[in-house]
Amino acid sequence: MKLELRGITKRFGSLVANDHIDLVVEPGEIHCLLGENGAGKSTLMNVLYGLYQAEEGDILLDDSVQHFEGPGDAMRAGIGMVHQHFMLIPVFTVAENVMLGHEETKAGGRLNLDAARARVREISARFGFDVDPDALVGDLPVGIQQRVEIIKALSRDASVLVFDEPTAVLTPQETDELMTIMRQLKSEGTSIVFITHKLREVREVADRITVVRLGKIVGEASPTASNSELAALMVGRNVELTVHKEPARPGAASLVVEHLDVIDANGIKVVNDVSFEVHEGEILAIAGVQGNGQTELTEAILGIQPRTNGSISLNGTRLNGQSVKKVLNAGVGFVPEDRTHDGLVGEFTIAENLMLDRSDQQPFVKGGTLQLKALNDFAEEKKREFDIRAESITTHAGRLSGGNQQKVVLARELSRELKLFVASQPTRGIDVGSIEFVHKRMVETRDAGVPVIVVSTELDEVVALADRIAVMYRGSIVGIVPGDTPRDVLGLMMAGETGVAA
Amino acid sequence: MSDNNQQNTPAPGAAPEPAAASASASAPASASAPASSPAPQPAAAPAPKPDTEAPRSNKILNEILGGSFLISILAVLLALIAGAILIAATNEDVQTASGYFFSRPGDTLGAIWQAVSGAYSALFQGSVYNFRRDSFADGIKPLTETLTFATPLIAAGLGVGLAFRVGLFNIGGRGQMLIAAACAGWVGFSFQLPAPLHITLAVLAGIAGGAIWGGLVGFLKARTGAHEVILTIMLNYVAFYLISYMLRTPGLLQAPGSPNPKSPPMAETAVFPALFGSKYNLHLGFILVIVATALVWYLLNRSSLGFRFRAVGENPNAAKVAGIDVKNTYVYAMLFSGGLVGLAGVSQVLGTVTGGFSGGIDAGIGFDAITVALLGRSKPIGIFFAGILFGAFKAGGFSMQAAEGVPVDIVVVVQSLIVLFIAAPPLVRAIFFLPKPGGRARRVLPNVSKEVAAK
Repeated sequence: MKLELRGITKRFGSLVANDHIDLVVEPGEIHCLLGENGAGKSTLMNVLYGLYQAEEGDILLDDSVQHFEGPGDAMRAGIGMVHQHFMLIPVFTVAENVMLGHEETKAGGRLNLDAARARVREISARFGFDVDPDALVGDLPVGIQQRVEIIKALSRDASVLVFDEPTAVLTPQETDELMTIMRQLKSEGTSIVFITHKLREVREVADRITVVRLGKIVGEASPTASNSELAALMVGRNVELTVHKEPARPGAASLVVEHLDVIDANGIKVVNDVSFEVHEGEILAIAGVQGNGQTELTEAILGIQPRTNGSISLNGTRLNGQSVKKVLNAGVGFVPEDRTHDGLVGEFTIAENLMLDRSDQQPFVKGGTLQLKALNDFAEEKKREFDIRAESITTHAGRLSGGNQQKVVLARELSRELKLFVASQPTRGIDVGSIEFVHKRMVETRDAGVPVIVVSTELDEVVALADRIAVMYRGSIVGIVPGDTPRDVLGLMMAGETGVAA
Repeated sequence: MSDNNQQNTPAPGAAPEPAAASASASAPASASAPASSPAPQPAAAPAPKPDTEAPRSNKILNEILGGSFLISILAVLLALIAGAILIAATNEDVQTASGYFFSRPGDTLGAIWQAVSGAYSALFQGSVYNFRRDSFADGIKPLTETLTFATPLIAAGLGVGLAFRVGLFNIGGRGQMLIAAACAGWVGFSFQLPAPLHITLAVLAGIAGGAIWGGLVGFLKARTGAHEVILTIMLNYVAFYLISYMLRTPGLLQAPGSPNPKSPPMAETAVFPALFGSKYNLHLGFILVIVATALVWYLLNRSSLGFRFRAVGENPNAAKVAGIDVKNTYVYAMLFSGGLVGLAGVSQVLGTVTGGFSGGIDAGIGFDAITVALLGRSKPIGIFFAGILFGAFKAGGFSMQAAEGVPVDIVVVVQSLIVLFIAAPPLVRAIFFLPKPGGRARRVLPNVSKEVAAK
């Protein structure tokens, strides 16, 4: 089916998220929508899927104008969507999830599960998915869950499939498999819209590439374009994609983690017997697919995880079992994975956020009273130094862009005297320009002799920054390898293959 | 694209009742997706945090407290309009005149005007200045009455508002006031001391009583994770029946030789002196409340403890990661909150009802305080004036009834409507066709991904 968007405009208040966007997706084509976070790609797809109503513009399917009041209409018209965060019910089986929303019933209102099972088997066989219709979705690995999403869309005879950042949660191998599936779908005549900000994937599968920036279409590119050409289109200027760094000059082992277990609130061991050390002046990257214990590991170092076994010590001082306050005072800088959730108080000003972890210390507090002058001077200085783009230091942190929010967090954490710097997903959801800046600061921190831990699910980032790489899988460290380890080896390790590390 | 949405993760567990209404009213504002769609709730986050007990209620609080001054004014206006309709509808002259509306519509309209304007002018004259009196000294008496009524409302409102700012719903104003009143009252009637010392001791005892009763809640919440709404509500009953028992037991709080559940009168030396002579009821408590307002302002805006209070109130997760001891902060917050509510109880026994108190000494102020705190947007200055407005309703309500025969219940209806409109800003916005709050739109600006995640 041919999909055409004509002059789609969507506003949120004064923000124009989509500005007269025209897009044509031919039948049997993989059309990539490439753009940075916040460029308006997902908004556009939500308009297409009927979740948002566009202020202007038309959606055409095979040249007839469509009016979608909601996702139900879009689905009936043959549009399917595979969401980044799966819309599946974990306690339902695959078949139940697939039939959800258009359940067939037998006499007396009983669900016709057999029909759903047959449907799952049929689609699954057609594409070689290997999905058991009676498996509980919650028990399936993410890659398979994604296939359930695809089956769900296909079972409603979708002839236009939208994939919204589908690879964010996948291992490199699962990503490759997904690419194969996309090609297969394409050969069956399905039109595919593939939303991503990862250049490598785009070049691999796309037939055509449309680049979106700040809500507008800024250009088309062919899959043969180079990474830096695509990046320049995305960002609107030339960007440095590689991080310049000298070889590390590691000093003494500073952070020593031995046989660390972390047990979560449900009593599950989310970090299992992890041991490693980080030396002064080196960056240890912790790679792995989201949700393999990296978050809990960093939280254990900071002291927010209540139940840990084993030991974490920094320069001989034991950290675990200490309060967060003591850990911070021992010289640990921490950039949390989710800055809006754990890193910033959105309703606080930039200045207030900059003193968040020193709310009882000089120079910001004397005799229990805030020293507003000292705080403002400090904030002005950091705003300049870290190039935080905001009207003033009294702007609320919640109103900053992701990149500027991250700069506030970095400014706060790097302005204390550090003995260890832990950054979790430091560039997630921020613009390419800010990524450059963040990476530069992290290398500088390393060069100042501070041990640095970077947790990242993006292989590009891991490879760019790491002096050594620890790969985590299901709560354990699969292996610790040098920073120049080839990607395919890392990919296999991320999938849990231990043999390759050696 | 939508990685940073965890703050919107719906926390399990029921939201406290007063907030639930506004939550459901305001939630759909984020995206207008039909119910059948996959919920436009931003993204099931990959790893839901187990320790997000507060964020949802915090979000609701932000929603309520984030409303503008304009919304407060409009809410009062709307409530007065609704009140006018009720006054007209319950007025007998209007009812009679409306019986022959179609033959002489002017009569009905005239009667409505009579009823409404009469009622509201009685409200004004009963609460601010009475023009029917000859001298200024007599004419101004209603205003002093208003301030007298406002005194405990402001104190308790400050307490409840302070807790709001830390993300806590202190519904336990009644219990805290009762305990405070009992403590202050006991010191007030049991000892013979020189006046300044006696007053000081009694006040301190009352504040300490309230602080302990409130702090207990903070302590239990911090140690066990029990929800403060349950704790404060149940402790209201505990306090009420405990005090009732003590008031009925000779040797404890009951006045000697009296069969009634009532305490002895306060000693002369413990009673708050009247500020403008014995002609007016306004007493020292009002000065204490002004001081308390200033102190709370300093605490919240200028002290490091207040900084931590606000940080925990806005985002307990970030506060925790920044090394702030969230649990201790809850304890401190409830101590302060209880102490301020305690001041309301003190002002009742030592200022307003000095002839001995009974189990009803709290006069519902502990609950009205929630309204006052909401109307004042939990800001000390706002609470101060909200308290005075409510004091005016109380003072004027009686004269409305006396002068115009308006049932005092109608006054309470107006008050309740104000709360309703205040606590549901989207409702007021919808009525006046106001745009969605700036905060929301502006918050979208940087993080398109947030909107975008609602797929």
